[in-house]
Amino acid sequence: MLSRTADNLYWLSRYVERADCLARILDVSQRLAYTPVTYGGSTNEWGSAVLTAGVSDLFTERYGPLEEAKEEQVVSFLAFEAENPSSIRNCFEVARTNARSVRTALTSEMWEVINTAWIELRNFPNRALTRDELSRFLAFVKETSLRFDGATFRTMLRNDAYWFSRCGAQLERSDNTARILDVKYHVLLPEKEHVGGPLDYFQWASILRSVSALTAFHWVYRDSVKPWLVADLLILNRQMPRSLAACYDNLARNLDDIASAYGRQGPSQRLARSMLARLTNRNIEDIFQTGLHEFISGFISDNNKLGAEIKEQYLT
Amino acid sequence: MRQAFDEMSSTNGHVRPAYETLKQWLSTVPQDVLDHRRKEAEYIFRRIGITFAVYGEQNAQERLIPFDIVPRILTKDEWGRLSKGLEQRVKALNMYIRDVYSKREVLKAGVVPEDLVYKNPAFRPEMNGQRVPHDLYVHIAGIDIVRTDPDTFYVLEDNARTPSGVSYMLENREIMLRLFPELFSMHKVAPVENYADDLLATLRSLSPHGGHEPNVVILTPGIYNSAYYEHSFLADKLGVDLVEGRDLFVKDGIVFMRTTEGPKRVDVIYRRLDDDFLDPLAFRPDSVLGVPGLMSAYQAGNVTLTNAVGTGVADDKAVYSYMPEIIRFYLGEEPLLPNVPTWRCREADHLKYVLEHLPELVVKEVHGSGGYGMLVGPAADKAQIEKFREKLIADPGNFIAQPTLALSTCPTLVEQGIAPRHVDLRPFILSGSDKVRIVPGGLTRVAMKEGSLVVNSSQGGGTKDTWVLDA
Repeated sequence: MLSRTADNLYWLSRYVERADCLARILDVSQRLAYTPVTYGGSTNEWGSAVLTAGVSDLFTERYGPLEEAKEEQVVSFLAFEAENPSSIRNCFEVARTNARSVRTALTSEMWEVINTAWIELRNFPNRALTRDELSRFLAFVKETSLRFDGATFRTMLRNDAYWFSRCGAQLERSDNTARILDVKYHVLLPEKEHVGGPLDYFQWASILRSVSALTAFHWVYRDSVKPWLVADLLILNRQMPRSLAACYDNLARNLDDIASAYGRQGPSQRLARSMLARLTNRNIEDIFQTGLHEFISGFISDNNKLGAEIKEQYLT
Repeated sequence: MRQAFDEMSSTNGHVRPAYETLKQWLSTVPQDVLDHRRKEAEYIFRRIGITFAVYGEQNAQERLIPFDIVPRILTKDEWGRLSKGLEQRVKALNMYIRDVYSKREVLKAGVVPEDLVYKNPAFRPEMNGQRVPHDLYVHIAGIDIVRTDPDTFYVLEDNARTPSGVSYMLENREIMLRLFPELFSMHKVAPVENYADDLLATLRSLSPHGGHEPNVVILTPGIYNSAYYEHSFLADKLGVDLVEGRDLFVKDGIVFMRTTEGPKRVDVIYRRLDDDFLDPLAFRPDSVLGVPGLMSAYQAGNVTLTNAVGTGVADDKAVYSYMPEIIRFYLGEEPLLPNVPTWRCREADHLKYVLEHLPELVVKEVHGSGGYGMLVGPAADKAQIEKFREKLIADPGNFIAQPTLALSTCPTLVEQGIAPRHVDLRPFILSGSDKVRIVPGGLTRVAMKEGSLVVNSSQGGGTKDTWVLDA
């Protein structure tokens, strides 16, 4: 297929995934911000939302220091502002532009999800939203990504177009999970505060919620929420679709599918496999011992590197 | 202007046989049901994203072309006559262009004045003496037809560059089938859905070399082009890649496209990009939409461009006025479809007549399109006419004039109910190395405003499904 088509499909899926992640971050921040401080609520939740979204430089340029970030500013910046290239609105705009350029590679069901979302986006007022409106908006964003994934899964031919699209979604997803961990890793460290206290519980729960894994946690571990188990679930547990290991399971497989269809392996396949191996032959204690933070920041940079390899090998 | 001929009720109110069933049906369906179906059609169009862009309009980057749910009906006989005339016309167009770029017998014989070729901005000296595969230039033509009475169809315009609108022809039919299955059960309507297969067969037949299966692509200027929807629609229906200039490159005189598996050779390019933008090395150096070196690959005979470069030399309105003579010259036949009588303002006696009769004429720019830059005399006020008169005197060679025809009308759903509106017809004619293919019908455009004769979508015109009855 055309390199540009593959590139568009890949980014289309990335942007839909990114919008979904932003909606979750906003959801969780809102919830934490309303939680009393004695229950682990904190005053700078909005600042860390900006950090997690990876747009702190742009934000401070516009609104000043993160510590003083206000709810309205963050909501508007992450959800709607045109100046923020990764705002949810922009994600949908770019996703649709990409989708229009590769309509022939999309099924009509996928196109209609994206196009309908883009049309509906206009129904949300261009001013500060009330809380009700905001939660309706966030639900709409999450629903759109579910419908898009569903349409992709149910209607696309299983060929290179599908694999490139999945690669984009998985790479974005693992990046998002890793960034949530990167911003919040300190609350997962055992030496901080007394383990299992009420303060931390709400922080841990909010991490799980931001990847929609709070219920899953209990099913997997049949235990109360503990920081190392949270880390295990998000990093190493393959049952959990947003864990780094699960994302790389899929990435390595999709890249292998591409390679076998084209009859040629390359650097992106090798890198994906080696990263998968790193997530496979580990337990969480190891990771804590060598340093959770180091592990996560190393992962983020390797994950970006894989993106660059895929681009180099196929998309240009 | 006399009363227009209505294709349903004629001029005397007698329902014409082809429309009897439709008329009957319309009288039984309540207005609100029709309104509801029309809204439904609009919703479907918007959701599928069948939109077009109007240049220079702010906040209107994507608009819908109004779709009218009342079909326009042609009988088998009417269509039979039309299609013969269209085939003849396109044959002559191809022979004319070939001649213009080779022996120029038509000029030597004095049939067409030389300056209409040499001073024509669409004339491409690069094409002089250049053989094109199968000697065909206009592979995809859109010939605009208007009607004034039961027996008279005129050719209004030849579109020999990159005519658009065929996606509406196809989508209109799909939507009608979805919304009004009962109407189709009462009529025998010739299908149009084989257009995509016909187009692909035509494009494949034009490959510059035999042997392997040719790689056909559609070249689009990109998503901001007004007809982008059509480009992607066609690529999808044909199952070929939709490429932009940056997806292609030329190496050693061969055109390749960049794919995830490395470079792949391209044999036939259905380009929806004007000559000017095709190749920055050959034409406009500032074009970022084209492919550097494409012209040299084309001249080396390694790739087919459809339509060929330089076909614009045959489709401006001054050349149009010579088409009857051109047909006689090359084919030795009388034109089956007449031209609208046309005054060429470049000729002194014609100009004199035009200046004396401006309020009753339609005056058009020779190279204009889209309904821009024209004067519709009967609809213009004094000031507009005087202003146009000055333009005309300043540069008469740039204009032609035609009588204001009483274009036929078709029943159309408007706010007040069903009312007659003026229509035209654009059939699409495909010329392959093996044969000419025309799917029955074409795109009917309708002027939605009462009394308006301007059907162009950029001026608020709409479209209708066009039915050719099979019996």
